Amino acid sequence: MYRYDDYDRALVIERVAQYRDQLQRNLAGELSDDEFRPLRLQNGLYIQRHAPMLRIAVPYGMLASRQLRKLADIARRYDREYGHFTTRQNLQLNWPKLEDTADILAELATVEMHAIQTSGNCIRNITTDPFAGVAPDEIVDPRPYCEVLRQWSTFHPEFAFLPRKFKIAVSGTVEDRAVTYAHDVGLQLYRDDQGEVLVRVIVGGGMGRTPILGSVIHDALPWRHLPTYLDAVLRVYNRYGRRDNAYKARIKILVKAIGAEEFARQVNEEWQLERDGIATVTDEELELAAAAFQDPDAPARPARDAGFDEKLAGDRAFARWVSRCVRAHKRPGYRSVTLSLKPHGLPPGDITSDQMDAVADLADRYSFGELRVTHEQNLVLADVPLADLYALWQEARKHNLATPNIGLLTDMICCPGGDFCSLANAKSIPIAQAIQAEFDDLDYLYDIGDLELNISGCMNSCGHHHVGHIGILGVDKAGSEWYQVSIGGAQGNTTSLGDVIGPSFAADEVPGVVKKLIETYVSARTPEERFLDTVRRLGVAPFKARVYGESSKKAEVTHG
Amino acid sequence: MADLIRGEALAQNEWTWVKLPDSGEPVRKSAGKVVLFKLTGEPAAADDVIDRCEVPATGKVLIPLSVWLRRHEALAARVAAGEIGVWLDSHEEPTELADSLGGDLNRLPLIGVNFPKFIDGRGFSVGFILRSRYGYRNEMRALGDVLRDQMFFFRRTGFDAYLLRADQKPERCIAALNDFSTPYQTSTDGNVPVFRRRIGQKVPA
Ligand code: HEM
Ligand code: SF4
Repeated sequence: MYRYDDYDRALVIERVAQYRDQLQRNLAGELSDDEFRPLRLQNGLYIQRHAPMLRIAVPYGMLASRQLRKLADIARRYDREYGHFTTRQNLQLNWPKLEDTADILAELATVEMHAIQTSGNCIRNITTDPFAGVAPDEIVDPRPYCEVLRQWSTFHPEFAFLPRKFKIAVSGTVEDRAVTYAHDVGLQLYRDDQGEVLVRVIVGGGMGRTPILGSVIHDALPWRHLPTYLDAVLRVYNRYGRRDNAYKARIKILVKAIGAEEFARQVNEEWQLERDGIATVTDEELELAAAAFQDPDAPARPARDAGFDEKLAGDRAFARWVSRCVRAHKRPGYRSVTLSLKPHGLPPGDITSDQMDAVADLADRYSFGELRVTHEQNLVLADVPLADLYALWQEARKHNLATPNIGLLTDMICCPGGDFCSLANAKSIPIAQAIQAEFDDLDYLYDIGDLELNISGCMNSCGHHHVGHIGILGVDKAGSEWYQVSIGGAQGNTTSLGDVIGPSFAADEVPGVVKKLIETYVSARTPEERFLDTVRRLGVAPFKARVYGESSKKAEVTHG
Repeated sequence: MADLIRGEALAQNEWTWVKLPDSGEPVRKSAGKVVLFKLTGEPAAADDVIDRCEVPATGKVLIPLSVWLRRHEALAARVAAGEIGVWLDSHEEPTELADSLGGDLNRLPLIGVNFPKFIDGRGFSVGFILRSRYGYRNEMRALGDVLRDQMFFFRRTGFDAYLLRADQKPERCIAALNDFSTPYQTSTDGNVPVFRRRIGQKVPA
């Protein structure tokens, strides 16, 4: 994992000092709230419904056990003993005190962490595949490139005050696990015939009010040009992105307005200025970055383990967990384990301080002291010996971290919604809980199989509802909370945006609607079809008929 | 009174900052074609407003780009005398200024860039473009919402003079120029990306 040297350390310490000064000026009335706002946002601090919310950066989702322990400690001392992992692989604290925030940042700096650029109109935390470096289908390990770009983007002097926030995702696998088509910039790393790493540059994707899939503007950018080329992308956006209307300020609107081809032309023209210049990455620099992401010093292990096979055959609950939470690893005798933060009945992505400590211990004992955060809001121990899986499972269970539901309906992505967020139209966590209660029967869940259900409390789409196989969106109708349901969205290589099935529903109707969608699928599926495949084959109509068919009065409640 | 910082010290401001007269109404605010300020919804001043702009007949004056574009021939003698500087608003194009000078921005002793609101970061790219693309070497001054919290970024994108907003404390703004000791990436300052500085150094254990 990347470790700070003196440069990195100086930078975060200087940042804490800068922020402490800004905070003090604000508390003393020297810096107006309006002017403090963008500054605190760039340090991850929102002012929310109940209290400030602090978003702590977890660069490309990688955490060391000692960092997680520090997060547990901070949550204990400055918050209510829990945190929330987000879809950008970061950690949010929901109840810190404004006056404490500089101290919290100083504590984070002691374990090489910060909250820099986790919010605000700047380049945000870069996300990637949580299985980077261990996935069997990996073509290029994205992490060294992520680190190069983290450094390029941190306090970039030209791009601290962009028209709007800017999110970059990087993937290096056959199966895209970083949602690269739904980001301001998506970078797909691959190799040409000679093995040279090239980058497919996708711009102008995003969710929010106007969901758009990105367009490829460069199909084969040699990796060393990433910083200069991205400078050009950002410069065109910084100059010409709209600033008069926050909803039209994302890069996707600019790309759409002038067309991807014209945008690519302008970028290319701008790029010539810096091309091959000082920011071009050298082989040695990349090697240095890559040195931080070497495989752990893991002993070779046999591909099979008799003890594991025995438990698998004899313990049904364990076998279930293995089938959902354990993934193949590039090395024989190892597996990657996902710890579910989606136990039924609790807010998706939440984790208590005690659980954080427990996960840190598990990481130390079973996975070389490291872990990853997934954008589906779970945690991953990436390098677990096959022979240790049973012991790990037993301990994870004690801490409620082994719900065997990864990839199933109850492994939902869910934003904080109306319980925490002042922008919300509707609550989202209670909806998630009600759905989990409706589908509490594991056998039924397994029978339904792979299904992604995503919930957002408003059009800002923090919960990725547009790309959920089932997407649920909170809408406001005459001051009360309603929910619009869409189906057929997907992330990955076949990314698509879902179609709304019709008028929206009251909160208590939502679990029943999901149930009907599932029943429609179960009765129409072919043996090999997932829910998404059936929706793609049949279209929305049969699902709609089933949901709305029975009560004709529903049709009147339109305008969802 | 707004203080001027040049380099890292308080300086005497011998330039008069000339602005366009109030037009009464925003003009030609249209969307549509790939015309840049139109795309971003910025109003362009009408010719009669530009022509009503009064430029003091003597002394050093910092005039709007639009005024410069319509009058630069008439101002040739004063340019030669080093009395004319030009300022760009955040949405205005450095290219237009460069074209009007046959590409040689260094004929001007001063170029200003306005930051109408401090969250409007377009001027940082304007600074970069003036320095890097057009090789501008003379004074480049940040105008408008110039606050201590942007100082570090101003300097890195090529600004070397800062006309502070009236409420700013100059000594704290000067200190803020050095908020960070070693930035990660390069910019107009030619800073060597940190990864390159590390080559040959020991990687931390
Ligand atoms: C509770 C406070 C939060 C507030 C006020 C908030 C606000 C927003 C807003 C305004 C947007 C839309 C921005 C745009 O369209 O340009 C947005 C997008 C987004 N938020 Fe949040 N959010 C919050 C929490 C979260 C959490 C907890 C997560 C992760 C689970 C999250 C993940 C995202 C993501 C992934 C997007 C991107 C959608 C896109 O690409 O357009 N947010 N958020
Ligand atoms: S989707 Fe809306 S309600 Fe949910 S966190 Fe984002 S802004 Fe808040």
